[in-house]
Amino acid sequence: MRNQKNIFANIDNITVILYVVLVFIGWISIYAAVYNEEHHSIFDISQRYGMQLLWISAAFVIALIILLIDAQFYTAFAYPIFIGLLLTLIGVLLFGAEVKGSKSWFKIGSFALQPSEFGKFATALALAKYLSTMNIKMQDLKTKLIASVIIGAPAILILLQNDTGSTLVYASFVFVLYREGLSGNVLLIALYTAFLFVISLLMRINTFTFFSNLVLTGDQLLIVILALIAALIIYVTQRTKKFWMIVVAGFIFSAGLIFSVDYIFENVLEPHQSKRINVLLGIESDPKGAGYNVNQSLIAIGSGGFAGKGFLEGTQTKFDFVPEQSTDFIFCTIGEEWGFLGSFVLICLYVGLFLRIIFLAERQRSIFSRIYGYAVASILFFHFLINIGMAIGLAPVIGIPLPFISYGGSSLWSFTILLFIFIKLDAERINVLR
Amino acid sequence: MNNLSDRKVVIAFIFLIIGLIFILRLFYVQIINNKYKIDSDQNVLREVIQYPARGLIYDRNGVLLVYNEAAYDLMVVPRLVKEIDTLEFCQLLGIKLEDFRTKFYKARDYSRYKPSVFEKEISSKEYAKIQEKLFAYPGFYAQTRTLRKYPRESAAHVLGYIGEVNQKIIDNDSYYKSGDYIGKSGIELSYESLLRGKRGVKRVLVDVHNREKGSYMDGELDTMAVTGETIYLSIDAIIQEYGEKLMQNKRGSIVAIEPETGEILALVSAPAYNPNLLVGRDVKKNYPVLSNDELKPLFNRALMASYPPGSTFKTVQALIALQDGVINEQTGFPCIKSNVGCHNHPTATDVVSSIKMSCNPYYFSVFRKILLQNKSTSLFKDSEIGLAQWSKQVKKFGLGVRLETDLPSIQKGFIPDVDFYDKWYGKGRWAFSTIYSLSIGQGEIGVVPLQMANLSTILANRGYFYTPHLLKRIEKTDTIPSIFKIKHQVGVEAKYFTPIVEGMLKVVEEAGGTARRAKIDSIQVCGKTGTAQNPHGEDHSIFIAFAPKDNPKIAIAVYIENAGFGGTWAAPIASLIMEKYLKGSIKDLEKEKRILEANLMEVVQKKNKTSIH
Ligand SMILES: [Zn+2]
Repeated sequence: MRNQKNIFANIDNITVILYVVLVFIGWISIYAAVYNEEHHSIFDISQRYGMQLLWISAAFVIALIILLIDAQFYTAFAYPIFIGLLLTLIGVLLFGAEVKGSKSWFKIGSFALQPSEFGKFATALALAKYLSTMNIKMQDLKTKLIASVIIGAPAILILLQNDTGSTLVYASFVFVLYREGLSGNVLLIALYTAFLFVISLLMRINTFTFFSNLVLTGDQLLIVILALIAALIIYVTQRTKKFWMIVVAGFIFSAGLIFSVDYIFENVLEPHQSKRINVLLGIESDPKGAGYNVNQSLIAIGSGGFAGKGFLEGTQTKFDFVPEQSTDFIFCTIGEEWGFLGSFVLICLYVGLFLRIIFLAERQRSIFSRIYGYAVASILFFHFLINIGMAIGLAPVIGIPLPFISYGGSSLWSFTILLFIFIKLDAERINVLR
Repeated sequence: MNNLSDRKVVIAFIFLIIGLIFILRLFYVQIINNKYKIDSDQNVLREVIQYPARGLIYDRNGVLLVYNEAAYDLMVVPRLVKEIDTLEFCQLLGIKLEDFRTKFYKARDYSRYKPSVFEKEISSKEYAKIQEKLFAYPGFYAQTRTLRKYPRESAAHVLGYIGEVNQKIIDNDSYYKSGDYIGKSGIELSYESLLRGKRGVKRVLVDVHNREKGSYMDGELDTMAVTGETIYLSIDAIIQEYGEKLMQNKRGSIVAIEPETGEILALVSAPAYNPNLLVGRDVKKNYPVLSNDELKPLFNRALMASYPPGSTFKTVQALIALQDGVINEQTGFPCIKSNVGCHNHPTATDVVSSIKMSCNPYYFSVFRKILLQNKSTSLFKDSEIGLAQWSKQVKKFGLGVRLETDLPSIQKGFIPDVDFYDKWYGKGRWAFSTIYSLSIGQGEIGVVPLQMANLSTILANRGYFYTPHLLKRIEKTDTIPSIFKIKHQVGVEAKYFTPIVEGMLKVVEEAGGTARRAKIDSIQVCGKTGTAQNPHGEDHSIFIAFAPKDNPKIAIAVYIENAGFGGTWAAPIASLIMEKYLKGSIKDLEKEKRILEANLMEVVQKKNKTSIH
């Protein structure tokens, strides 16, 4: 039944085209971000665009190799690859080099590699492998626990490398778990917690006075309001005793959370971290410190206007006002030089890619392929959410790359591997028997 | 399992919603909100100011009075400053170590990336020394500015000086920006808008380290600096300098005017100072010294010192009396010394001899005639009506009113009027007998030297004047401000000037005249001496004059403080100036030598007065 003759026959062209377009946009954006008049050759590897050209060529080779390898390889070797990754992550902790505070690099001469980048596809493979095993039900506690270990182990190792941004990416697997049967309540509780966290942060700095002498702190007021809501729910619904218990438990959880926010903020977080959160929430303004990057980023993007300043005409990015402009803040170059139109197109390309991957995932006969597909979409989406959100001031400043676009070999290769394994799985879907 | 595949919709929906939120946010940031576009320009646009060269100033004959000399501001970019030998650097600049620290920290606090002025206005001479070694101090560089230079070292009070604008000026006038120069006094202040030129602005793009990255829009919006206008003053540099030389070791002033036009030929206030002292960074050192000097060298006596006119005022009294018809040319009054003192002289039998001999009682009588014209039966009321009329007439001579000349801070002097005496003594409680010292230019009356010179002009012109001024012409334009072209009539007919001028000629030319020392060979000089009573010391010596008698070319007033009788010192000084101007050289070198050698600085003690001239 296998059709080995033409490995490109069943490849999803739309996904591949979207990939190539994004990589191309990435390269010209890097070219624009580091452009200066003295260097003309696009192959000049002393410049980042020259280097990126090398990374891109290598990425294409990697993609080709992935497509040449039998799809069964990925299912068969999912666990060994995952174990290998974990060992590498431990290795980097012991022998790695430190770059910008993160001990997450292997250095061989001038060549540096970031193993944590490759953790994403390895974890996605392992998770897909585990969840596609016969008789696994998401509802079982054991399943949840093992899935958490698969996701949590690399996350914790990466956190130990002091790379908070990459660690957070592992939160994106929650979409995969949800698709595979994790109760929607978990998502709701997570959302509710995040909401309460933010509200509590906003309220804690204020005090409120009622009836001229009753003074409440923001936290106290919040708890009073929650208590009133809980009482109202119980009064209106008057349902079973069990429902009562749930509302009361929810209230106690909320109150505990509110007080732990204070505790976390004062005692757990480093001052620069709490400051970043405050700046993001608009509690503190600090245009020269933590908020500087975001402000400069907004200036660059905002000054692009409707149609942008034109290719290589972006003054903010060209003159280095935006920090990290070829990596984490690469979106600024696009926003400034191509304006709203360019940004709009880019966001459409991304969302289009995500939806395409979901569409492909849903048509898989193999559960493994479907889960892996969702993992790919979720990881890419999370990077997109945080990176662009950060650049336009909607997400905290967390340094993670924009997939396929940000400068850097490790991230480009890791996203290429991540995506092309799925393309390969999809191409061979007909050959897979359930 | 089927219900789980519905969850793809939820997930796809979340992806779409986030995409939509991003697009809305981008729409707001890039299209609706304008703030970021402005901030973007602020980031990359630097306005580099092109300072214009200030206008040159010449005298009436094209002698250069003020020009610009290159000077240097030493700039510092704190970020670029490396380990340097601070002590050696301080020695090079001639500053103290503490100053270095203060200046450096101030610059660093302002910005580590942007340049600040470290040391201002270093002269080109000093800079030559610094320049050779500057390469050893990274982060420091020089920026060219200009300093005013006064090659003749004279006319400081006329020219004034310039200095950096202060915050108050910046707040009030949008043209000025911190670091700009502005005229602080004299012509530099009066003609600031002509002289300053126009600043140019070059817009350059800079990167985050403030390094220039090229011009903005290819320089389309850049403006060139426009050099200030060159102006020609009516001053005659030779006469001005000669006047200053004659006034050495004396206090007082000389003002000379061309009667035909009102152009000021010389305006000397002594003691003076070298205008080059108030230039550049020397100002800080020299200004307090000059300002605290007991001799008040910064004080422009010619415009600001108000003295009684003394006997020179008799010319005005005679003219008003003749115009009023209360006397005629032949009127004589006896020299009765009961009310006012006098010296011994033949009786003044007419106006001519009264001027020539400067008889005090004569003018006591003239003033009484002016004030008491029998318009009321009450002596008090009659005096009041008379004084009101007289005060108006005197002010038409430009006395007691501000002469709108083109130098700032001119005083208007004081001519008493009815209101003044009503306040002083009470209404109806004063009469001629109370205020008669006005008759001989003493008492409450006050006149500044420029007004006195203007009185000479009126006498020379027989009845009119143009507001004395210093601007002769602006290069490339023909006009001067129209207010200097208005002919002011004093309200006395020309024919009444004849006996006054005749008397003034005799003051100088005829035996028995009070100013025989003012005589110039072969030129008819008309003059009038005066002595201003000085309650604080020796009286001030005054002389007003013009020459030649017919078709006069120069009118002059000389005040010498504490020099006593006007004929002794003021008259010969006036004559030397006029001779120099009219003939180009001095014939009587003995007369010149006497003046040059005289030191009248120490004569301040008060002498017992018996007579007034
Ligand atoms: Zn007499």
